[in-house]
Amino acid sequence: MLSGSAPHVSSGTLKNAYDRRSLVIGGLQAAVGMLLAGRVAWISLAQNEKYTLASESNRVNLTLISPRRGAILDRNGAPIAANRADFRVDLIPDRLVDADRTLGELRRLLKLSDVRIKDLKDKLDKAHGFQPVEVAAGLDWDSFAAISVRLPDLPGVLAQRSFSRWYPTGPSVGHLIGYVGPASAEDYEKERNPLLVTPGFKIGKDGLEKRFETNLRGTPGARRVEVTASGKVVRDLEMREDIPGQPLRLTINAPLQDYAARRLGVESGAVVVIDCLTGDILTMASMPSYDPNSFSDGIGRIEWKMLSEDDHVPLRNKVLRGLYPPGSTVKPMVAMSFLEAGLDPDESVFCGGGLRVGNRVFGCWNRRGHGTVNMAKGIYQSCDVYFYHFAQRIGMDPIAAMARRLGLGQKFNLPVVGQSYGTVPDAAWKQRKYGKPWAVFDTVNATIGQGYMLVNPLQQAVMAARIASGKLLQPRLMLDQKATNVPSMGFSQEHLAYVHKAMFDVVNGPGTAGRARLPFPDIQISGKTGTAQVVGLNISNGKSGPWKYRDHGHFISFAPFDNPRYACAVVIEHGGGSSAAYPVARDVMTFLFDPAKAMEVLLEMEKGWGGTPQQRMATRYNEYEARYGTSAPKAADDNPVASADAVAEAAGARPQPEQTEAAAPRPEDSTSTAPTANPTASTPATASPPQ
Amino acid sequence: MRAGVIPAAIARQPWGIILPLSVLTTFGSAVLYSAAGGSFQPWALQHLVRFLVFLSMAMVIARLPQSLFKLAAYPAYAALVVLLMLVDLIGAVGGGSQRWLNLGFMQLQPSEMMKPAIVLAYARFYDTLPPAMTQNWRSLIPAMGLLGVPALLVMLQPDLGTGLAITFGAVAVMFLAGLPMKWFLGAGAAGIVAAPAAFFTLLHDYQRKRVLVFLDPEGDPLGSGYHISQSKIAIGSGGLFGKGFGNGSQSHLEYLPEAHTDFIFATMGEEWGLLGALFVLFVFMLVLRWGWRVAQNAPDRFSRLLAAGMTCTVFFYVAINLLMVVGLAPVVGIPLPFMSHGGSSMMTNMICLGTIMAVDRWSRRSDGIAR
Repeated sequence: MLSGSAPHVSSGTLKNAYDRRSLVIGGLQAAVGMLLAGRVAWISLAQNEKYTLASESNRVNLTLISPRRGAILDRNGAPIAANRADFRVDLIPDRLVDADRTLGELRRLLKLSDVRIKDLKDKLDKAHGFQPVEVAAGLDWDSFAAISVRLPDLPGVLAQRSFSRWYPTGPSVGHLIGYVGPASAEDYEKERNPLLVTPGFKIGKDGLEKRFETNLRGTPGARRVEVTASGKVVRDLEMREDIPGQPLRLTINAPLQDYAARRLGVESGAVVVIDCLTGDILTMASMPSYDPNSFSDGIGRIEWKMLSEDDHVPLRNKVLRGLYPPGSTVKPMVAMSFLEAGLDPDESVFCGGGLRVGNRVFGCWNRRGHGTVNMAKGIYQSCDVYFYHFAQRIGMDPIAAMARRLGLGQKFNLPVVGQSYGTVPDAAWKQRKYGKPWAVFDTVNATIGQGYMLVNPLQQAVMAARIASGKLLQPRLMLDQKATNVPSMGFSQEHLAYVHKAMFDVVNGPGTAGRARLPFPDIQISGKTGTAQVVGLNISNGKSGPWKYRDHGHFISFAPFDNPRYACAVVIEHGGGSSAAYPVARDVMTFLFDPAKAMEVLLEMEKGWGGTPQQRMATRYNEYEARYGTSAPKAADDNPVASADAVAEAAGARPQPEQTEAAAPRPEDSTSTAPTANPTASTPATASPPQ
Repeated sequence: MRAGVIPAAIARQPWGIILPLSVLTTFGSAVLYSAAGGSFQPWALQHLVRFLVFLSMAMVIARLPQSLFKLAAYPAYAALVVLLMLVDLIGAVGGGSQRWLNLGFMQLQPSEMMKPAIVLAYARFYDTLPPAMTQNWRSLIPAMGLLGVPALLVMLQPDLGTGLAITFGAVAVMFLAGLPMKWFLGAGAAGIVAAPAAFFTLLHDYQRKRVLVFLDPEGDPLGSGYHISQSKIAIGSGGLFGKGFGNGSQSHLEYLPEAHTDFIFATMGEEWGLLGALFVLFVFMLVLRWGWRVAQNAPDRFSRLLAAGMTCTVFFYVAINLLMVVGLAPVVGIPLPFMSHGGSSMMTNMICLGTIMAVDRWSRRSDGIAR
């Protein structure tokens, strides 16, 4: 190379060096050119597929459209849960730039309260990523438009038209239907479906909404749009309509359900009505309840405080989860077991206000005694001594077997999220549970529906329906399946007729529930009262004093008495006795035959209660908000109803305290103390036995 | 071109460069037309007008005598150094980086002008340096001074790309001037050793980031790697024939950043495919080959070094831009000559080509004299 020969450099050698070196540079430049050509060929030919895909995924944005949820309809096609087109606003936490400023702006535009803003902040803290947080739904056009025009300045805010779930009768169907809500992080973990984080999409959180999630959900629609890098939509490419979820048809009679729920008024209780021909559940009301409409955007702090502080446990479905000693409502059942065991119904016992067994005396509710009592009188006068006496002779096992046969202690094949099925005790059960032999007072307790015996209101209704029809009715909630030929219970018609007559006399004869008569000359109701004590006489008399010590009121019934069509069970928790229960049953039955007449009664009563359940809840909400404001603690968890169920489940699993004493039976009728309005039924002098 | 068919004045023009340039600029204009969503505004028309203006300027430069080039070499260089200082000073006072001088009727970017100016100054320097001295320190120290001052001033702006372009042009002239080969090999070896140290100490944060992103563009596709990723997606999705004129989604939907300036090659590649890319490479090859031929036929050392240095400067533009766009070099803000929208770079490149045309003229004239 030239550089070695320094002394002999001339312009000629430099020209030679130039020639060589220019070839080197030119060659390098050509090499770069080849490299570039090769590189472009590699990218555009070999990797074309990959980059074409990347380019398409840049260009095209796929957004899911929440499917319209399948409607839930009653037996006549009336909507119990429907969809309402509305305007909604959501927040996407990941896209928020300045959360406080955005919330401030939303608060101003939508006129949100302090409490609402605080609830929103809680939800934002908990939500992650693209899990949308609902700000408001059901907006009017003006508010929606106000938000829409400011969207460019509010990153992370989404305003859209969508469908939201609507329950026309609100709290009346809360426990029956459940509610919907945005999918939680756990839901998304379980089911990695992008639909779950689509703003506005709700999944079933409880009740039928949860149980039938797959049927109700439907198939999401999709919208393919061309978007710019900054997210601006250039044009719609393709639009696929959503396929709405399948409707669900229930056996429920929606107006009746609403009526029953409202008729429960300010009490804590349950009403179940069953069709005696098919087993269709016409009504399954549990009050107080929550309003599923206001749960769908999550549970706010005020709501949570209201619900968790209420001693009437509005989060528990009392029809399926409430377990109560059934009291004397078991007496027709016990009588059936006596008849099956061969007892002559005319065989009598003398009631002097108590029964001596060995050296102990078991008292009748009527301390003055019923005199000579046969089976019919034992039922319509609810004489305890009659049942004590013959239960000693017949034994507990046939009684327990009959209880189970009629549905007590049973779990039914229903599409519900859970049932607490309670206890029908017998000797084997007690030995297993407590390691103690069956005692005389255990039989005494069981025959009057006290002691270990615990049932739920649905079981009582099934018992009433099976006694009324003599058929092995299975309660059913879905109207889809064809009513099958219901098998007979195998009872003798004679036995049934006897018990029916006694139950007819409870209301229409010299019985304990004269005021339960229907306001129709041609339709009569048969029934049986029950008053179950909660605590011993040493704590409370069960009629007055602290609410939680008062007796439970029960009434099972069916109508028309001669050709049973409907069976009904009413439970009023701590209602002070059966007199709190049978007026409800009477009015509910009245509604079945003459809705207008029954409604008139209800509207009059609601004036005294402060309006419909929805109106009363709104009043209470405002009181709470004024009193506690943002100081109320935030909702403890996502799904309070499920948690309440878990509490009920745990309570059911907890061993009952061992019974060491016979329960003191409670007076069946308490007209003097019951605070029930009763404008329709006349009270015949003969109906109520003197106390 | 044969004399007799075409008038001599027209036949005399350097058609070997004007034709490829016109084709390239027209093609660039078509791409800009598409990038603007099928409109001559705001880029395509201006691009063509500028081309005609600067082509005229190049043809004026081409008519200047060699003596004027030699006379102006150092004064032009000195004037630009002063302007560079002025720019840095204004930037320091105004706060933040500054590359422009606002002359009222146009924005002047002295660092751009420095690219041809340094080549001219170097050609002049090595032309006057006695051949024997090319082998000792006298050939190096003054040249390093000539390069060091403007390179440092440009780097301070900070403008790494232009600084490298200036250095590349100067080093190319040095190499062609016949300086000892071992110096270049030594400097190259030193550079490889010093590069990591310089990377961590001399570069600004954003420059360091660009280099890192170049080494791993998928590491942060939505952040710093975005440019390169989107550029590759544009070219890669074009395939062999492209998506068709006006159908480039990457550029039209604004996924491709700087689609009409630095990344115009990607914009073109998306719509015209591999064939378009090869066509552009081919035309640049014609332009550069013409430059090298002119240098080869140059009548003397000054004009030879001048033409070759200008060719290298144009090459550097093209190469760095294309390597960046296809993901083989870090993102540096260098546009693609004659295709990217932008006046400054077109002016610089036209000065380079005008100078080469001038050399072409001088060699014909000297041929004529010799004949």
